[in-house]
Amino acid sequence: MQIRLNGEPFEVKSAATVLELVLELELDPKSVAVERNLEIVPKSRHGEESLTPGDSIEIVEFVGGG
Amino acid sequence: MSTETKSDELVIAGRTFSSRLVIGTGKYKTYEQNAEACVAAGVDMVTVAVRRVNLTDKSQPRLTDFVSPKDYTFLPNTAGCFTAEDAIRTLRLAREAGGWDLVKLEVLSDQKTLYPDMSETLRAAELLIKEGFQVMVYCSDDPVYAKRLEDAGCCAIMPLGSLIGSGLGIMNPVNIRLIVEQTRVPVIVDAGVGTASDAAVAMELGCDGVLMNTAIAEAKDPILMASAMKHAVIAGRQSYLAGRMPKKRYADPSSPLAGLI
Repeated sequence: MQIRLNGEPFEVKSAATVLELVLELELDPKSVAVERNLEIVPKSRHGEESLTPGDSIEIVEFVGGG
Repeated sequence: MSTETKSDELVIAGRTFSSRLVIGTGKYKTYEQNAEACVAAGVDMVTVAVRRVNLTDKSQPRLTDFVSPKDYTFLPNTAGCFTAEDAIRTLRLAREAGGWDLVKLEVLSDQKTLYPDMSETLRAAELLIKEGFQVMVYCSDDPVYAKRLEDAGCCAIMPLGSLIGSGLGIMNPVNIRLIVEQTRVPVIVDAGVGTASDAAVAMELGCDGVLMNTAIAEAKDPILMASAMKHAVIAGRQSYLAGRMPKKRYADPSSPLAGLI
């Protein structure tokens, strides 16, 4: 499935949900925040939020900053 | 009164901090050095940024492996945001990533000065407060806007000493003092501190705290500077509480005149 991930085209291997995508990317689901088509997907819903071709997904985390 | 500042804690939005120094986590050579600086500075709170995860190089070190939200209050910022909408989007993500609502709002006007855009800042603050955020707000040293931000419900007013990353010190102590006098929530000088004396000046003006990043991160020895800043903030605070002597135009001998041979 083709989506946009953090502004770039991305081919999802097998993930069908937000949680599966986060795990497919080897990210820690606890420490990231996910936006799907500009709407935040709460962590509690990552497992049930389905991905759809063409989705625009943003995944962010905390980094150093002033 | 004790010479210790143990009972002199900083309270922001109901949270108590024993250190009046807040430091950033940007620009350090490594996250290890950053972690050491946090210890040397004796801070309780650090600012952090919210960015896209690195998908291309997963071996890159992660901030949270070195500076953990278990040890420090993370204060997510909106650095790089130039509109209220960008800032709000960023902080919603921060709240989702971290699960806390104490945030640092900054809405900037242009890349060259990173000067705060005050009308956008106020608009963003009002919207964020409606959404339940506790907003510590980076602002200009304009007392009028500082008051509006306080009236809007911001939990800390954080005027710049001078431009972000400039190290020029407290450029307008008169305005900082006016803001301190009129404000009932904590006032924290944010940005512009270059060296320890700048931090002491901010505290002597009556500020409740100082927030800095570059002054420590870009010092030749960041760990030693972090320690210097810790002491400067304590010294400035105690000096403010002690109340300085009045300035005089002429000399006033410290040794008795009587008994002079």
